[in-house]
This record gives sequence, C-alpha cells and structure tokens, in this order.
Amino acid sequence: MPIRKFAVPSSEAEIPDFLNAIVLLANFVVIPATAYGAQLALGALGVTLVYSVLRFANFAHGDLMAFATAATILIVWLFQGWGVSLAPLPTAILALPLGMIITCLLALGTDRFVYRFYRHQRSPAIVFVMVSVGVMFIYNALTRFLIGVDDRRFEDGERFIVTVIGFREATGLDQGLALRTSQVLTVIVMVLVTTAVFWFLRSTRTGKSMRAYSDNEDLALLSGINPDRVVLVTWMLAASLATIAGVLYGLDKSFRPFTYFQILLPIFAAAIVGGIGQPFGAVAGGFIIAFSEVALTYAWRGFLTHILPPDLIPAGLVQILSVEYKFAVSFLILVIVLLVRPTGIIRGRVF
Amino acid sequence: MLVAENLTAGYGGVDILHSCSFAVGAGEIAVIVGPNGAGKSTAMKAILGMLPLRTGRVTLEGADITGLSPQARVAAGMGFVPQNDNVFPTLTVEENLEMGAFIRRDSYQDTMESVYALFPVLREKRRQPAGELSGGQRQQVAVGRALMTQPKVLILDEPTAGVSPIVMDELFDRIIDIARSGLSILMVEQNARQALAIADRGYVLVQGRNRFTASGETLLADPEVRRSFLGG
Repeated sequence: MPIRKFAVPSSEAEIPDFLNAIVLLANFVVIPATAYGAQLALGALGVTLVYSVLRFANFAHGDLMAFATAATILIVWLFQGWGVSLAPLPTAILALPLGMIITCLLALGTDRFVYRFYRHQRSPAIVFVMVSVGVMFIYNALTRFLIGVDDRRFEDGERFIVTVIGFREATGLDQGLALRTSQVLTVIVMVLVTTAVFWFLRSTRTGKSMRAYSDNEDLALLSGINPDRVVLVTWMLAASLATIAGVLYGLDKSFRPFTYFQILLPIFAAAIVGGIGQPFGAVAGGFIIAFSEVALTYAWRGFLTHILPPDLIPAGLVQILSVEYKFAVSFLILVIVLLVRPTGIIRGRVF
Repeated sequence: MLVAENLTAGYGGVDILHSCSFAVGAGEIAVIVGPNGAGKSTAMKAILGMLPLRTGRVTLEGADITGLSPQARVAAGMGFVPQNDNVFPTLTVEENLEMGAFIRRDSYQDTMESVYALFPVLREKRRQPAGELSGGQRQQVAVGRALMTQPKVLILDEPTAGVSPIVMDELFDRIIDIARSGLSILMVEQNARQALAIADRGYVLVQGRNRFTASGETLLADPEVRRSFLGG
C-alpha cells in the first residue's frame, strides 16, 4: 500500500506534537492549578464558615493556617526524631491530626479571650473584622516565635508518583510530566474533607443547627439552639480546615510564614467569587481563582509551538502577567465580581 | 392555662404597658387587638419574657414563669411565632420543623406527621427551602415549627400580616383546628374583625391599657368597640 506508507510520516509528526501540547499543559497548568485550587478551596471553606455563622470576614485565617502548619512541622520533626514515619506518604499526614488539635485549642482560646467579649457586646461586624486583624498580627508573631521566619521543607517520603524522566522514557514524548505525591494527596484529602463537611452541614443535627443559626439567629435561640455550642463547633471546623489547607499548601510549595498572609487574598477572593457564606461556592471559587491565576501567569509560547504551524508561532512568551503579579489576578477577579455580581456565583448573603 | 396579670413594662424607663392583664384557657383562642401604638407588640414581648417587667407576673398552668428567659419559656411549653423572620429561609421545610423540635430528645416523627396533616401543602414542599415558599405557606411553616415542641400555649404575632384575604381565612381555620386539639392560642392581630370572630376572649388595648375585655362575640356586638376600633 504505497499511498498509506507515504502518508504516515506527516500524521505521525502531528499526533505526538498534539500530545506534547496536552502534556505540557497538564504539567504546567492543570496539575499545579488543581492542587493550588484544592488548597484555596479548603482555606475559603473555613473563611466562609466563620463568615456565615459568626458573621465576620476573618482576616486571621491565613495566619491561623501558618500557625497550624508550623505546629504540624514541629510534630513532624518530633516524629522524624523518633523514627516514626508513614513512608511512602509524608510524615506530615501522621502529624496532621495533632496539628489540628493544637490549632483548635488556639482558635477556641482566641474565641474565649477575644471574640466572645465582642459577641456579648453585640459589636458590629466591622469591629469583629478589626479585631481579627489584631488577632492576625498576634498569630503572625506567635508563628515566628514558634518556628522562625526561614523557608522550611518538610515533605518526606516518596516525593514523586510520576517523574519527568520516567514519564519521557515511558511515553517517548519530548515533554515531561511530573506528578508529585503532595499534589495527589492534596486533591484526595480535599475531596474527602469537603465531602465530609458538606455531609456534616446537611445531615447532622449539629450541622443543621449551624445553618439555622446562620439563617436566623433569633429564631435559632427561640428554638433552643445553644449559640455557644454552634460557635464552638464552627471554630473547630474552621481551625481543622485551616490546618489541613495550610499543611497541604506547605507540603506542595514549602513553608514560609509570610506566604500564608499573602494567600489570604486569593482565599477571600475564592470565598467571594463563590458566594460568601456558601460552602459549595467557596470550593468552586477556589478552583476558579487558582486556574485564572496559573493560566494568566503562564507563558503560553511553548504550548503554541506545539499546536501552531511554524510560521504562526509568536516571538514573545505569550505571558499575560508576570508571576510577580499573580496576586493581582485574585484582586482583579474580586473587583469584577463585586462590580458585576456581588452575590457571587451561588447567591451568598451580605450581612 | 396562661395568665398574665398586672403587666407594667416599657423601654428605657418609659412605660408602654400599664397594668395589663391577659388570660387564655385550654383550647381557647384569645386575641389582642387595638390601634397602632396601643402596645400590642409590647404586651407580646412582655408575656414572652423579651422585656423586663416593672410589675406583674406570668403563670403557665399555675407555675410562675416570670423569671424565665424566652428560651426557657419555650422549653416550659410556650410556642412562639414571630411576625417577621419566622422561618429559616435556606433550610428546607422539613429541616425547619426539625429545628423547631431541637430541644426535644424523644422522637418527634408523630408531631411532624400531625403538622403535615394540618398543613398538607408542607408535606409536598418538605424538600424545598422555606425561603422559596409563598407568604402564606411560609406562615404555615412558621406555625408548624412552633408546634414541633408540642407547646401548651401557642403565641402568634400578627400571623396574617401581609397575606391575601383567602390565605388569611384559611390560616384562621387552621388556628381554630389547633385550638380544638386542646392548645391555648394567644394572638395579636391587625385584622381585628376577623380575629375577634374566632376569639373566645378578646382584649382591646388602648394606650397600653385594657380598654375592653370580653368574648369576641360580645366585643363585635358592642357599638362602642365597633365605632371606635372596627370602623363601624
């Protein structure tokens, strides 16, 4: 069959190029953005829970995540010193429950000695926001006292599920693909945790009482719902979510206290994009922010090289924003949402 | 059943209520009517314990509940349907009823069944958020929620405010049904004529004082009450 033999080389050249483009996109956009989105989603879920039940935007949430991560790292070191590990998984997974307990204690202590006073005063929401900024500075300092300001890598165990070299050898493609344990772990944990939180809010008596309290505080009191218990459960959920989000973010990137203050902006943006006070919206918002941020700061030239004919390949990097401006993306989305649809994707409430 | 005697109360040192008394017996309907600013809402708050009393006492089945908080009164057997914001809008109808039964530790399925029997439309809409219902249906959810604690006395603050006349008639019919089942009902109403028509006891409040107290029938027949408060 001479004709087919003649046609084969050109199609063979096209298909791997297309595959290379897909792999490139997966490696530099889809996988990192999915993991980052899951981390933002967990953070935004905590912010949105505090907002819907306690009725204020908690600026201390980012630094609560930082504290939680620092506490977990200390436990990881302790475990490593004892030779305890969960290999091939990172030791941090083993330390996570203890980190959650410590963080719950911090959050409950803060509520007892700070927020409760203002709750009993029936202070307006803006007072709570300002108080949370103060709490943020305290957490911030506490974290630095605890572990210092340095960059800490605490990812151990098997770091890669798929390595770039391994992928190239297995597929014969030019582009490599790396899939890290922390990324897969992030997504699995995020799915499990958000499912558990949604189930808790929808199906348990305590979860329903939290939603009732969030809906109509006076009627909840008249129905005999104990506000102290609702507040307690909310802080425990928020602190646990902060620990999980913080540790997964730290595993994926590395731990530096100030980065947790910085991701407060994308986390708030995610909660608002999704519809503030809407748990499902917060998760959706996390992914929207993460994909926008990664897609807008990614240099698309490599991808275009694979799919465009040679004479159409652009000379520049085709990078819309440089990586330094990644937080501007969250800010931009925030501004657009507040102008166009201030209630968010799923209609949230503004108190 | 529920007796409130000599209530004097107000806001910030100014008395709104002056030695008002109300009572409702088992299976009876008592209605408080009166012009705007007569102190109807204040009377309701005083009975519910949302306002400190200067004088007077409130008893439920002979037990003094004057010192109890509103929540404790609910636990003691008072059901309350506020005028506004009386449902949990994002919770489903069924979840609203469950929250009404929050303080109960026993099984409340029977009570929920009897609420659905009273308001069949709620059974149809039980999976729908209460905030998406019509005004009349929402009032039914609100009354149903208050019934879930199996109260001895049900207190309603203007249950027919903002609903159409047809819905109002139906709501009054249901309130009569509830009273026939043995509950005492105390309500404040704007639609004085219709409310007095179903009332065993009527209280006309004027400037924070009991002006007329008699059966609903007698009040409706009283020319002075008709002229002054019912528009002829």
